[in-house]
Amino acid sequence: MVDRTFDPLKPQARNPATRVALVAAPWLAIVALWYAVRSSGLVNPSLVPAPHAVLAKLVELAGDRLPLDVWMSTRRVFVGVFLGVLVAVPVGFAIGWYPRVRSFVDPLVNFFRALPPIALIPLVIVYFGIGEAAKVVILFYASFFAGVIVMVEGIGQISPIYVRVARTLGATDAEIFAKVIVPLAVPHILTAVRVALGVAWATLVASELIAAQQGLGALIQNASSFFQLDIVYVGIICIGLIALAMDLLLRAATRRLVDWQDRIG
Amino acid sequence: MQPDTLPMISAMSAAVRLRFDDVGVDFPTAAGAMRVVEGVNLDVRQGEFVSIIGPSGCGKTTLLNMVGGFVKPTRGVVLLDDAPIQGPGPDRGVIFQEYGVFPWLTVRGNIEFGLKLGANARHAERRAEIVERYLALMGLADFADHHPKHLSGGMRQRLALARAYAVQPEFLLMDEPFGALDAQTRTAMQDLLLQVLATEGKTVLLVTHSVDEAIYLSSRIVVVTARPAHVRTIIDVPFAYPRSESVHEDHRFAALRAEIRTLVMEEYEAQVRQYAPRAAVG
Repeated sequence: MVDRTFDPLKPQARNPATRVALVAAPWLAIVALWYAVRSSGLVNPSLVPAPHAVLAKLVELAGDRLPLDVWMSTRRVFVGVFLGVLVAVPVGFAIGWYPRVRSFVDPLVNFFRALPPIALIPLVIVYFGIGEAAKVVILFYASFFAGVIVMVEGIGQISPIYVRVARTLGATDAEIFAKVIVPLAVPHILTAVRVALGVAWATLVASELIAAQQGLGALIQNASSFFQLDIVYVGIICIGLIALAMDLLLRAATRRLVDWQDRIG
Repeated sequence: MQPDTLPMISAMSAAVRLRFDDVGVDFPTAAGAMRVVEGVNLDVRQGEFVSIIGPSGCGKTTLLNMVGGFVKPTRGVVLLDDAPIQGPGPDRGVIFQEYGVFPWLTVRGNIEFGLKLGANARHAERRAEIVERYLALMGLADFADHHPKHLSGGMRQRLALARAYAVQPEFLLMDEPFGALDAQTRTAMQDLLLQVLATEGKTVLLVTHSVDEAIYLSSRIVVVTARPAHVRTIIDVPFAYPRSESVHEDHRFAALRAEIRTLVMEEYEAQVRQYAPRAAVG
């Protein structure tokens, strides 16, 4: 009756070799396309560094400034997302759980989330200068609004039946919060973190445009000033890889923490 | 005929536990207050199994929700042991149609949930024993450590029943509990319910659409009218407990079913007529 060994919808159902091939195929296709574009003569080859040249540059930079850039960027993203989600969870919960709060806070949230973080850079420089604080503020802003939206939607979907059941069993308000609402909110918090991480990496380059010396955004920015396109590619690939790794880690954590859910994102 | 066996004791001798005293309920709507329940008088005695039957949307669930403590009467009062009902409590176990089993807890965790609450601390010492007892009784022992997503509808229903029973309520309030189940599972659940009730007496209020279910399970059947709901008639069911499937073949069963169906259909038509003028305008 409870057969979890076979699920045709899950990739685990295939054999490992097929799985590796399926995962690798689109990446190999991109690299092939990259070479093809370069050798097609449609684009000036000096504008498209070869994949192996980019790889060589990556290896070279890995022994130079790249570890520091990765560390600085990752730290900014972590701090921004951590603070953003930390505030987004209670705020999103309040908006999602209390319809009256929602009716007057919703327009406010929608106004601010519509503003691209980049548009705020001039103001952030004026108020927070060009130090670490300015970058964290931008990332916080991006993470917070992404997280709030996810929390509001998620909390709004929680069925009131569970609260009713808990009450009929004798639960107090505090018990309902701790034993019903918190477990039901966990999957939404994890989704909020995932969405916020995605948005934060996307905003990272913008935040590091603020006169950063280190960081992947700064690496890309400096390289583009000197037309070092191979370094620009290295920076872009690093951002993508780190974001991907974080997403995979978070998905694995989600699977472990909320195994009870029917579907996992 | 066998005499009634304990704990389902004869209705007339036991103490009145629940009393609806001229109860009315209005729900606010855009078009003003809507009378959902009007002038309901009803006594429920210790150990009775009372079914409430009537047309859809007539206010049956509202009657149950007042006992559950989710709805307060607009007029009149609902008394539990002579005191007005203030809110939900673990003395009244509720079985909802949609079960409401907690998806984040295992089967065992669901049954334990109520026992871990402060309100049920008096059962804390016997927690493990109670949980094992209902796991076995409801046929859930093999699934104790599974999450509800792996359970069938009938098993979720049994889990909801086990969870409600675990906190040892004196009353069981059930709102269309078997409505979503297939016919065979429904019959099995009815028998299981009778079996459990035979060993642990509860006072039961059941809202149902099924005349057969009402006759098979109840000691009394309350037929309620079209909205606003009031008591049309109360019918005593002549069969003794414990009951078995053979009750369905009794000639009195057929006669009772015909009588109740006629009443319910009359009220159903009255309810439909209420909507008709509005439909013509709309």
